[in-house]
Amino acid sequence: MMMSDSKKSVVFHLGFLALLFLLQFILPAYHHGNLARIMVLATYAMGYNILFGYTGLLSLGHAMFFAAGMYGMGLTMTHLGWTAGPGMLAGLLAGGLVSAGIGFLALRTSGVSFMIVTLMFAQAGFLTILYFGEWTRGDEGFVIRQADRVFAGIDLSHPTYRYLAALLLFGICLMLTIRLMQSRFGHVLIAIRENEERTQMLGYDVHFHKWMAVIASGTMAAVAGAAYALLFGYAGATFASVQYSIFPLLWVLLGGAGTALGPFIGTLFMFYLIDLSSSLTTAYMLIAGVALVLLTLFLPQGLVGEWRRKMMPWLT
Amino acid sequence: MELAPYLILGCIEGLVTAAVLALMAVGLSLVFGVMRVVNVAHGEFFMLGAVLAWFVADQLGGHPAIAFLAALIIAPLLVGTLAMLADMTILKRISYDPERTIVATIGLLYIIQQLTLMTYGSNARPVEPPFNQRIAIPWFEWTDGGLSLYWPWGLGTTSYKLAVIGFAIILLLGIWVLMTRTRIGLIMRATQLDRDVAQAYGINVDRVYAMVFGLGAGLAALAAVLIVPIQQAHYLMGHDPLLLSFIVVIIGGLGSLVGTVIAAVMIGLSDGLISVFFTPTLAKIIATLMVTFVLIFRPSGLMGSK
Repeated sequence: MMMSDSKKSVVFHLGFLALLFLLQFILPAYHHGNLARIMVLATYAMGYNILFGYTGLLSLGHAMFFAAGMYGMGLTMTHLGWTAGPGMLAGLLAGGLVSAGIGFLALRTSGVSFMIVTLMFAQAGFLTILYFGEWTRGDEGFVIRQADRVFAGIDLSHPTYRYLAALLLFGICLMLTIRLMQSRFGHVLIAIRENEERTQMLGYDVHFHKWMAVIASGTMAAVAGAAYALLFGYAGATFASVQYSIFPLLWVLLGGAGTALGPFIGTLFMFYLIDLSSSLTTAYMLIAGVALVLLTLFLPQGLVGEWRRKMMPWLT
Repeated sequence: MELAPYLILGCIEGLVTAAVLALMAVGLSLVFGVMRVVNVAHGEFFMLGAVLAWFVADQLGGHPAIAFLAALIIAPLLVGTLAMLADMTILKRISYDPERTIVATIGLLYIIQQLTLMTYGSNARPVEPPFNQRIAIPWFEWTDGGLSLYWPWGLGTTSYKLAVIGFAIILLLGIWVLMTRTRIGLIMRATQLDRDVAQAYGINVDRVYAMVFGLGAGLAALAAVLIVPIQQAHYLMGHDPLLLSFIVVIIGGLGSLVGTVIAAVMIGLSDGLISVFFTPTLAKIIATLMVTFVLIFRPSGLMGSK
């Protein structure tokens, strides 16, 4: 039986999700917890990948979107007494609004300026969180009470449900990304990455598509941020700092920019690399730095990118 | 309370910030102008300059002025050499691709920063200024005898801070002369205009790139040596100046040296003045929002070409 390339890709990724579902029964508690965390962070990286990997826009300010979701949920739950469902929705809306606004302003620039402008906006966002320390508790952050981390009667702080919730979020976003990139809209984004002038010449509204890409990317990052706060019960300003804008770039590059599974593979590798090295030294970010330099020198396509080039050219 | 003396104080503090910022941002702007790449590790070269200044002063001992002078020469040279090495081993190999260079210099940022943390540690350490007389700010008041001067209590600056401003002006003039009046400057400008044609005329472009990258980093280190007697050396100190230089370079127009200096003075002064009335956090937020407005009305910066 012959399958079309796009169908093959969908089946492959569904199979991968099934594997993640089965893994929970055999993993020891420590790695089980880690994998739940990695799936949420990989969702953040997938959001980043929509803009960086598929559209070709390098943003250094995605921590702002991650934090918008995290605080959109955390603040409404803590100060307005909202429950988890509306809280998640507030996080999603906050992410959508922030990315629409920032995207509108930042897209007035392009190339190198775009990267610097997003970095600065994220820094302003980070400082704003510190400035309103009375509500956000600044660097120290705040804990979301276990009693509040309940969705439709399910206790999300319980490891089993937490894993399943993370898998559900990751799965939905993964399949959404694949559908998006197989659609007309996604093809235009890839065309913009490959040759912006030509795409414009062919009559596509490049600016509008880029704006939509920022919003889709920022909103997915925000949902990941909200889910992170909900599943692990903590929101803090660290998640809005420059470091958390660099992380998704690193994860996506390591896994393979412009591949659907790359963000997950990159997050998985880097998470364990940092986990191992932080037991050896406090300067664990050294590993991240060396990895970035080596990647640009020797593996510009990333792990999944190489894999696709050699074995599976049909991979989304 | 009279407001004016506080404003003068704010202006002087702002000009010190502007002086250091201008040196650092001109380094960044030079690298972008000639090589068309953004050096995200620029802040770490700044930090390394400060840390090396402490190291040199600490090893030499003796009179603060001699130790400081030695640091002023040795630290930028070492940092410049290191940057040239990084250029030749990393940036050249990825053929200065803009995005890959950003990623590689982010990597370099963490490597330099974390290695400093592992060796120098997380303490902040001071360097003694070469001279440091207190200068009180005078102000006038109307008395029965007419106009007379008085010194508002506690308001003052130091001779060292004024010297930083003066020295930065001399250095910036020096760079201007270097770029417009010398053969090296001509070669750099030729490479900036058209890399391929410059190469065809026998200019060793690889060497020019390495030199420019080293010069840019050296300027950041020089700025750091100047500021380290006022602000202590710390392994995370490169972060804020990097963001401020980015702001300055964007407002000034990427690659325009004159625009960079004008923007540095604007940002430095407003930072100094806003800090008199508001907290530093709010001052930084305001500076960032100012950039937003510049971008809305002039996406290519003040002096940038379309």
